[in-house]
Amino acid sequence: MSNAQGIAEQAVLSAHRISKSFGEIPVLFSIDFDIKPGEVHAIIGENGAGKSTLIKVLSGIEQPTSGTIHFDGKAVTLPPNGEAEAMGIVLIHQELNLAEHLTVSDSIFLGREIKKYGFLDLAEMRRRSAEVLDTLHVHVDPDARINTLSVADKQMVEIAKAISRDARVLIMDEPTAVLSVGETETLFEQIRRLTARGVAVIFISHKLDEIMDLADRVTVLRDGQLIATVSTEALTPDSIAQMMVGRELSNLYPPKHEPDVDAPVVLSVRGLQAPGVNEISFDLRRGEILGFAGLIGSGRTAVAEAVVGLTHKTAGEVSMNGKAADFSEVAKSVAAGLAYMTKDRKGRGLLLNMGLQPNLTLLTLKKHLKGGFLDQNSEAQALERAVRRFDIRARDASVRVGQLSGGNQQKLMLGKTMESEPDIIIMDEPTRGIDVGTKQQIYHIIAALAAEGKSIILISSEMQEVIGLSHRVLVMREGRLAGKLEGAEIVEAEIMRYAAGIKQGGDDERISA
Amino acid sequence: MSVSAHEGAKPARGLRIDFKTLGPLLALILLVILGYLLNPLFLGEGNITNILTRSAFIGIIAVGATFVITAGGIDLSVGSMAAFIAGVMIIVMNWAVGAMGASLWTVLFGIGCSLILGVGAGFINGFLTTKAKIEAFIVTLGTMGIYRSLVTYFADGGTLSLATGARDIYRPVYYDSFLRIPYPVWVFILVAIVGWVLMNRTAFGRYCMAIGSNEHVARYSAIKVDRVKTATYILQGLCVSLATIIYVPRLGSASAATGVLWELEAIAAVIIGGTMLKGGFGRVGGTVIGALILTAIGNILNLTEIISNYLNGAVQGVIIVAAVYLQRGSLRTGRKKAAE
Repeated sequence: MSNAQGIAEQAVLSAHRISKSFGEIPVLFSIDFDIKPGEVHAIIGENGAGKSTLIKVLSGIEQPTSGTIHFDGKAVTLPPNGEAEAMGIVLIHQELNLAEHLTVSDSIFLGREIKKYGFLDLAEMRRRSAEVLDTLHVHVDPDARINTLSVADKQMVEIAKAISRDARVLIMDEPTAVLSVGETETLFEQIRRLTARGVAVIFISHKLDEIMDLADRVTVLRDGQLIATVSTEALTPDSIAQMMVGRELSNLYPPKHEPDVDAPVVLSVRGLQAPGVNEISFDLRRGEILGFAGLIGSGRTAVAEAVVGLTHKTAGEVSMNGKAADFSEVAKSVAAGLAYMTKDRKGRGLLLNMGLQPNLTLLTLKKHLKGGFLDQNSEAQALERAVRRFDIRARDASVRVGQLSGGNQQKLMLGKTMESEPDIIIMDEPTRGIDVGTKQQIYHIIAALAAEGKSIILISSEMQEVIGLSHRVLVMREGRLAGKLEGAEIVEAEIMRYAAGIKQGGDDERISA
Repeated sequence: MSVSAHEGAKPARGLRIDFKTLGPLLALILLVILGYLLNPLFLGEGNITNILTRSAFIGIIAVGATFVITAGGIDLSVGSMAAFIAGVMIIVMNWAVGAMGASLWTVLFGIGCSLILGVGAGFINGFLTTKAKIEAFIVTLGTMGIYRSLVTYFADGGTLSLATGARDIYRPVYYDSFLRIPYPVWVFILVAIVGWVLMNRTAFGRYCMAIGSNEHVARYSAIKVDRVKTATYILQGLCVSLATIIYVPRLGSASAATGVLWELEAIAAVIIGGTMLKGGFGRVGGTVIGALILTAIGNILNLTEIISNYLNGAVQGVIIVAAVYLQRGSLRTGRKKAAE
């Protein structure tokens, strides 16, 4: 719990004993954080460690439940809704906040347009935009529409926007997640230029090598706790990974039952190519839980969606039980006994404005037809079964699904998926955003399904989960398989090395671009 | 149901009137009482029959529109489509009369053409929205203009009239009754019942609601979204064709003025009935009541002197806005509950 630099005398922005709870759920516990002018300070931690909440508190978007924030040495309450920008604290969101149809110059001056006689002074705004872009050495036409720009250029526009607002603290949430290596290099040059001018930069990244490259200090968070703030020279990627991990497996996870040695391969994927997916091959055996680890956006969901026919694969073969299984639409994969449970339960999984029953049976409505008409008794019985089997708790049957807690929504979605009686289930982030009690229930359900002889692909960004449940783990990075782990090799630091690109895949000597 | 009693605070329910379910019916009852008080003739058998018959056109079309809107679409072309189908029907029947003389077959031939045209026009709307991925509003705005201009062209700017021989045979379809209820009303009742069953008792209706509620969820739930959406437009076309079949014998003619603004009246009936314009929630019963309300307003204004009949549109407009406001009001309280 040491703040390596002590309370910095000349910190531009600092947080003291910041805690934050959402409702009754604590997310941050007494965090100390500070940043000095001209410094790059990285925040790192697993998903759910509290990184995003911390930067939201630092930029005023969220107010801390307790603790104080100092700006220029004075205790302040940062104004909400991004008004802290006026004070020079600018947050650049991961999903960039630019209006797609405006021009670059419009965007840079959005909300504080320069006016002359009450009308927009377009020429002046264009001139000043060009100026700012020039100082950044960014070659973007101020008149170009945002939607014609690459993601990297959009990010540059966001930075230009921040500069034009005289940003003193620039906070970036995973700025490199969507950038190529070359684009990342350009971004880092920009950041170095900014810090040379005294701008303080806070950034979140999962990529350890980048942090080693760019940051002066690193703050490691885990489960909402401050683990350490250390200067980068004192660190190696391995020691950061160790700090991020360092937690013991509790009995949250049921004991693993290894599948039979001679269990047949039920799903085989060879050379799969699809948008965001590059040359993926793997086998899944009967009764096996195969974990898919990797960073967000590493292509795991894209693999699942291509396999079940939600998206079209451009090349590669999929076979089930030795027979070709190239599904052109979801209905076919469901009929074949392969079900995919989406990670986006609110946007893709459930109809929030409808009741439990229509949601449960939506995937398998044909089962409840009697002479062409819906048999609501049969639907009600299905719901009763699912409520019992998955312990779904709702006030009454008429309640809309949007009113259920995340955990109950997740269990309902699991029920919906299992209604199709699949042999192979791909579960994408099955415990995202739900409480630990429900997580444990879901873990036990998953293990029980595998023990029954179902085969499961578990996609999860929570490494503990992948480690606690999987018999084998595949790690994806930038659309490719970065590594395969089995048995005792399945440890968090090892997964992290593959996921962050410190280590390249074992049996596959390809080096990713 | 053995759903355990947990999960959040219990919102105050019970005595509150659910405007979405009962509202349209209450409004209709109030309107009927009002109409009777203003002029007792309003509840005369002749007038009731008149209201029912007149509401049949909009009502039948609106039942189709309920499906389109529930599935998240919109069809602006129905009025023009009706005029176009009426025009083509008349041309075709006149040709048949010229070639073979007037007989029952002439009328059946015309009806057959109408059904084919309706289904075809609906398919075109559906195909363009789903496969060509053009917004339904734009597609149907386009086809609306096309059909309207085609019927004007066919009529050469004037009126297409059905040949007398065929008109005599066809006339009873609009003017005759069965069990003292006119045929158009029977068709309306039939369409309403079939529509209600489709919406509430078949997988198709459930899929419409799912798609209108969240198309992504529908796709991830293995629903063939494009096919279902196209089917709603085909159903809409079929309803337009049925409405046209009972409309043509009324005047025996079609012109550029046929079916003007029917699309808006149909949409209004759907919305007054409690279906949400953004989709996801469809009420065929409500739509039927909505169509009756719209016709009753016009009828009351005709029978009384208090408000000029010329203000019919204004009164309808007020009712539509009020209906939507009430729906949203009850939804807002629903959302507050969800936030607890």
